[in-house]
Amino acid sequence: MLLGPSLAVSAILFSLGVVGVLLRRNAIVIFMCIELMLNAVNLTFVALSQQLGLDGQVFVFFVMTIAAAEAAVGLAIVIAVYRHRDTVNLQNINLLRG
Amino acid sequence: MSTLAGGAADWIWLAILLPFAGFLVNGALAFLRPQSRRLVSVVGVGSVAAAFAVGVAVFLAVLGAHPVEPYVRTLWSWIPVGDLRVDAALQVDQLSVVMLLVVTGVSSLIHVFSVGYMHDDPGYARYFAYLNLFVAFMLVLVLGASYPVMFIGWEGVGLCSYLLIGFWFEEKEKADAGLKAFLVNRIGDFGFLVAMFLIFSHLGSLDFRDVFARAPQALATGGGTVTAIALFLFMGCVGKSAQIPLYVWLPDAMAGPTPVSALIHAATMVTAGVYLVARSNILFAMSPVASAVVAGVGALTALFAATIGLKQWDIKKVLAYSTVSQLGYMFIGVGAGAYAAGIFHLVTHAFFKALLFLGAGSVIHVMHRAYHHTHGHADAQDMRNMGGLAAYMPWTSRVMWVATLAIAGIPPLAGFFSKDEILGAAFARGLAGERFYLLVWVVGLVGAFLTAFYMARLMLYTFHGPNRTGDAERAHLAEAPWVMTWPLVVLAALTVLGGALNLPHVETLHHWLEPLTARSAALQTTLEPAAGTEIALMTLAALIGAGGIWLATRVLKPEALQTPERAPRETGFAKLLLEKYRVDEIYSAVVVRPLIWFARTVLWRGVDAAVIDTAGVNGSAALARGFGWIGSRLQSGQVGTYVVFFVIGAIAVLAALLR
Repeated sequence: MLLGPSLAVSAILFSLGVVGVLLRRNAIVIFMCIELMLNAVNLTFVALSQQLGLDGQVFVFFVMTIAAAEAAVGLAIVIAVYRHRDTVNLQNINLLRG
Repeated sequence: MSTLAGGAADWIWLAILLPFAGFLVNGALAFLRPQSRRLVSVVGVGSVAAAFAVGVAVFLAVLGAHPVEPYVRTLWSWIPVGDLRVDAALQVDQLSVVMLLVVTGVSSLIHVFSVGYMHDDPGYARYFAYLNLFVAFMLVLVLGASYPVMFIGWEGVGLCSYLLIGFWFEEKEKADAGLKAFLVNRIGDFGFLVAMFLIFSHLGSLDFRDVFARAPQALATGGGTVTAIALFLFMGCVGKSAQIPLYVWLPDAMAGPTPVSALIHAATMVTAGVYLVARSNILFAMSPVASAVVAGVGALTALFAATIGLKQWDIKKVLAYSTVSQLGYMFIGVGAGAYAAGIFHLVTHAFFKALLFLGAGSVIHVMHRAYHHTHGHADAQDMRNMGGLAAYMPWTSRVMWVATLAIAGIPPLAGFFSKDEILGAAFARGLAGERFYLLVWVVGLVGAFLTAFYMARLMLYTFHGPNRTGDAERAHLAEAPWVMTWPLVVLAALTVLGGALNLPHVETLHHWLEPLTARSAALQTTLEPAAGTEIALMTLAALIGAGGIWLATRVLKPEALQTPERAPRETGFAKLLLEKYRVDEIYSAVVVRPLIWFARTVLWRGVDAAVIDTAGVNGSAALARGFGWIGSRLQSGQVGTYVVFFVIGAIAVLAALLR
């Protein structure tokens, strides 16, 4: 039931996330795109758990927990970077260039 | 088992340990207290004299037992690898005991002489350390019970020879002479090594007892294998015993102190090759070709070196070429199958040549002292600066005349009997059908004539005629100290009496060595010459020696001799002789310079600089740097770039999994 449209939405969301990560320069926006990709995957889990049992839904909780932790750490890093360099534009942050 | 077990022969290792301990003590003193001459003398001379005492004790034990089989004293297992078992073992038999007595006895006398000769040298302790080490290694050489043990001594004496030739290494010429000796000997040592490999691969052992017992069964008499083994062994002898073509190092070795020349480069080390052939007599007897090569090379060297000796002015150079020539006679002896005669000449030669060298050392010492007093800079070794020294050094003159008559082969001195026996053996082989040995015999006779001539020349120019040293120096000419003269007198006595070791028809030494040479003798056909022939040969030999001396006294005019700076230039053949046939120059052009060119152009600039350094070392560094550069370009620092790569990688993995 609604499996096909759910997976299609999930694929579109994931692709949007990937494209966002590739094309955007602002760290916050890239961060949001990553969250978008995670949630696309969550949607896939939930959609498939209808047929394959509850394991997928359990996984979704894990993913959401990790995503929350990651968001906390990631935003802290972004703030720290902003304090030092007055920008969150990733093009300007290239100290590790070889 | 031999009856020698449990007796003095068990203590044979002491003979090696004592001089080695002397080396350690003197070596330590050379670093810590180089001025303590008295202690160095006591340790240096004492350790060798003690070794001589051990030698006498062992000799008496062998004399009492007269064992048929050699007694081997095994000390420890040295190289046990698979089938190869080499023990650190010493062999006591008739031959090694003779060598033991000669080496320790002559060494003791020369050590005593050195106390006087080296007295004012700053390297006194170092000198005695080296000399003691030499004696230790020489005893390893003659006492070793297998080829590898012998080889240790063989290389060890080569090392000491190098150290002592270059003893005054501040002068480049002398350091170079040491290097030359070392390098030329390497060529011979290569032969020795190959011979050992051949022996092991064909006979499965390197112990003398096993090798000599198995050789007659395992190898075909006269076959290629035994000939190759014998010839490679002889190659080692050619290097160590200074035969053509490797003799060139020995005359240069005279750069060392004169007692060293007497001990190492006349009496002991250079005779090691003769000892090796005599020790391996069964291998040489099984190969007539190799024996003929030994005798032929010996005869050629005996004649060749004697002609060079005719025109040398340096007193030590004359004796050096004389040594080369006399070693040639020893090889004639062992080549002709007369192993006892070769060893006999080795022993008598050790006496009279040590005496000649020590006498020359005494002369040089006195000349040097005279020039030192007057601050003169003339050559203390050039005979043209000597003359009439008999009046100033009566003892040296007398004992050197004894040695000269001995080496010239005047009866009843030692050299007459030993040389006559060698030439007689060659003549007998010739009579028995091998015509080649008759040629050897004739060459030997000519060489004997030349020997008598150049030795008489040396004596006339050095001790007789007017003195040419210089008016100021003449006042300082006097006999050397007693510590240098009494070893000369002892050696002179041995030179007179040494012939008694092996008188014709009594042949003590021959019978003494019989247990070791009997099987070789059975392989050879010799014809015992008739009594009349034998007496004729002896008379001929004595006449030739006397004739050489007589001719020298008639032809040479010591009165007309000029000092080196005023001497006329030599021309023609005499110039060629003075320049030693230009052999060194020929070797330099044919061997040394092409080798240096090859080393410099091909090995250094080609292989080392171009291939190893440029392509190998620098090339691998450049390669690493190139990859590093590519890697560093990928590190753009842009997170976006990394993500692109990551996405491409993820898609590639997905594509691979879905395929």
